[in-house]
Amino acid sequence: MSESRNKPADYETAVAGSDGAVAAFQHRARGPLDTVQHFLHGSPTMVPIIVLLISVAVFGMVSNNFFSAFNLSLIMQQVAIVGILAAAQSLVILTAGIDLSVAAVMVMVSVIMGRLSIDYGLPVPLSIAIGLIVGALTGLLNGILVTKVRLPPFITTLGTWNVFLALNYYLSNRETIRSQTLDAEAPLLKLFGERFNVGGAVLTWGVVLMIVIFAVLWYVLNRTAWGRHVYAIGDDKEAAELAGIRTDRTLVSVYVLAGVIAAIAAWASIGRVGSVSPTSFFEANLESITAVVIGGISLFGGRGSILGPMIGALIVGVFNSGLRLAGVDVLWQVFATGWLIILAVAIDQWIRKVSA
Amino acid sequence: MRFRTLFASTAIAAVATIASPALAQDGPVRACLITKTDINPFFVKMKEGATAKAAELGVELSTYAGKIDGDHETQVQAVESCIAAGAKGILITASDTKAITEVTQQARDKGLLVIALDTPLEPIDAADATFATDNFKAGELIGQWAKGTLGDAAADAKIALLDLSPSAPSVDVLRDQGFLKGFGVDIKDPNQIGDEEDPRIVGHDVTSGNEEGGRTAMENLLQKDPDINVVYTINEPSAAGAYEALRSFGKEKDVLIVSVDGGCPGVKNVEEGVIGATSQQYPLDMAAKGIEAIAAFAKDGTVPKPTEGLDFFDTGVNLVTDKPVDGVPSISVEEGTDRCWG
Repeated sequence: MSESRNKPADYETAVAGSDGAVAAFQHRARGPLDTVQHFLHGSPTMVPIIVLLISVAVFGMVSNNFFSAFNLSLIMQQVAIVGILAAAQSLVILTAGIDLSVAAVMVMVSVIMGRLSIDYGLPVPLSIAIGLIVGALTGLLNGILVTKVRLPPFITTLGTWNVFLALNYYLSNRETIRSQTLDAEAPLLKLFGERFNVGGAVLTWGVVLMIVIFAVLWYVLNRTAWGRHVYAIGDDKEAAELAGIRTDRTLVSVYVLAGVIAAIAAWASIGRVGSVSPTSFFEANLESITAVVIGGISLFGGRGSILGPMIGALIVGVFNSGLRLAGVDVLWQVFATGWLIILAVAIDQWIRKVSA
Repeated sequence: MRFRTLFASTAIAAVATIASPALAQDGPVRACLITKTDINPFFVKMKEGATAKAAELGVELSTYAGKIDGDHETQVQAVESCIAAGAKGILITASDTKAITEVTQQARDKGLLVIALDTPLEPIDAADATFATDNFKAGELIGQWAKGTLGDAAADAKIALLDLSPSAPSVDVLRDQGFLKGFGVDIKDPNQIGDEEDPRIVGHDVTSGNEEGGRTAMENLLQKDPDINVVYTINEPSAAGAYEALRSFGKEKDVLIVSVDGGCPGVKNVEEGVIGATSQQYPLDMAAKGIEAIAAFAKDGTVPKPTEGLDFFDTGVNLVTDKPVDGVPSISVEEGTDRCWG
């Protein structure tokens, strides 16, 4: 202390002896665990990838038939729809929101596409286009309620979830359009259920669609200004606003995009389910959130990689398939999913301590 | 939730106090129909049957439904509203067969006739009567039919069972166990799904009773054993989903699917050979007979009697198929179409 008082008063001399480095986060590893923690903090997709690899290896050892290209590709077919919904969900969760309405939008739009094509005789591409527009409009409604009316996303989408669900029952007349009818009159609606072989693996266009959607979102979120704005809003909305980001406009665009992705999922779901049923995918809202959480995207917003939820959906699929093939009672699948969620968030909290 | 119940019961108490003088008056007989949901065609048909019969007999009918399958609370509120409204009787398809008994007991204490439709309460005598399909028999019929159709091949069949949900409600257990018994499998404890040791059983999976669940469950079981050739399904939507999976594996021609329900899309699937045979139930009759019973009870206090040898009133079940098997009674697809619902 006394030393500094004796220093000369002019700036140049005072600065001469000090550290010239620019401000930076310093990391002094205090042990191997600490290094791991920092590594995971820097690459948010690693945790789900590690969990996925371990679970594939474990189930490959304990379950018959599990470790085949065919089974692994079947798991991808089974998770494709929830995976696509999880992509929509991730966008909203990255902004520190939540969209409880995605699955209801999906089922409603699938009913609209089916009814317009079959009962009203519209050309199928037109029905699909109308479905996608409806998806965008549902997102616009959510976005306006969140930004202009200033309702919390949870409340907004809890409300619209009910609204869309009721419309779904109304529009479908509570009836199912049978698979055979679709085959005969609107095969294009089942496009994403079409299969093709890659080696021993059997994939559907729905699986390809899921991968493409995630790839595009990864690019947009990591390489465009819009993507950085989405992360910034999720991290701290007020700071983002002060930094000149038009937060309301970005938020609305996020909800609209989520609605459009849900509508695309609707098209894909018709191929997967075969028929158009108003009662399909009743639990898909929660399943999409589960995939997002297990995939390492923080429910508090602004953190996590968009690729995580795809891996999260696969982890749940691998557990379900592995346990089933091992002949375990289905209730343990529910049990395992519960612990996966808790484990995922616990790891997320632990990793966050780095920045605390 | 607690607050809501409190609020609801306070409101009902208030309404009841105001309305109680009216209870003594001679008005039209009031009856209530409470279903699990109003989105399932099965319950839509039930409502149709009750409404038509009520109009015929001059009964004033109020209908209520839970929001989703399993929505117990809305059903409790509906029973409370019926008591408050001075109804003579309640027809209910309970979402929670054990928990609903508390409020139905209140109704019975107030002199209402409580009839369980389709789904027996637990214990079954918690209702004054039960009008339902004999679900065990419904399962047994498709089991016998599958066995008869396979003939000698039944001895080394590979069976997949597509059930409803992990909680295994009574209807799930009865149909599953009935099917296995009809097929000639030693079912051990009839109240327990999955305790059988017959090597012909490939496995069980759950479907949530819809197409999507049926497809995934079938895929999983085919993964376990691609030689499956008999598929039992809890209902026709899950059968339609199972068929999609079989088609994607290129196996739809080699597999016998059987189901239960008798809805119009399901019967059409029997006609087209997607489903081999289905056991048809009659929701419209259940509800119509229920309204008759309430009208009779209001007139002279008659309480309906169960079918002989059973602890419920059997509303009937018929096997629908165009490929009848000797010794297994069945009706044609044409007749099934005439009587189908949904």
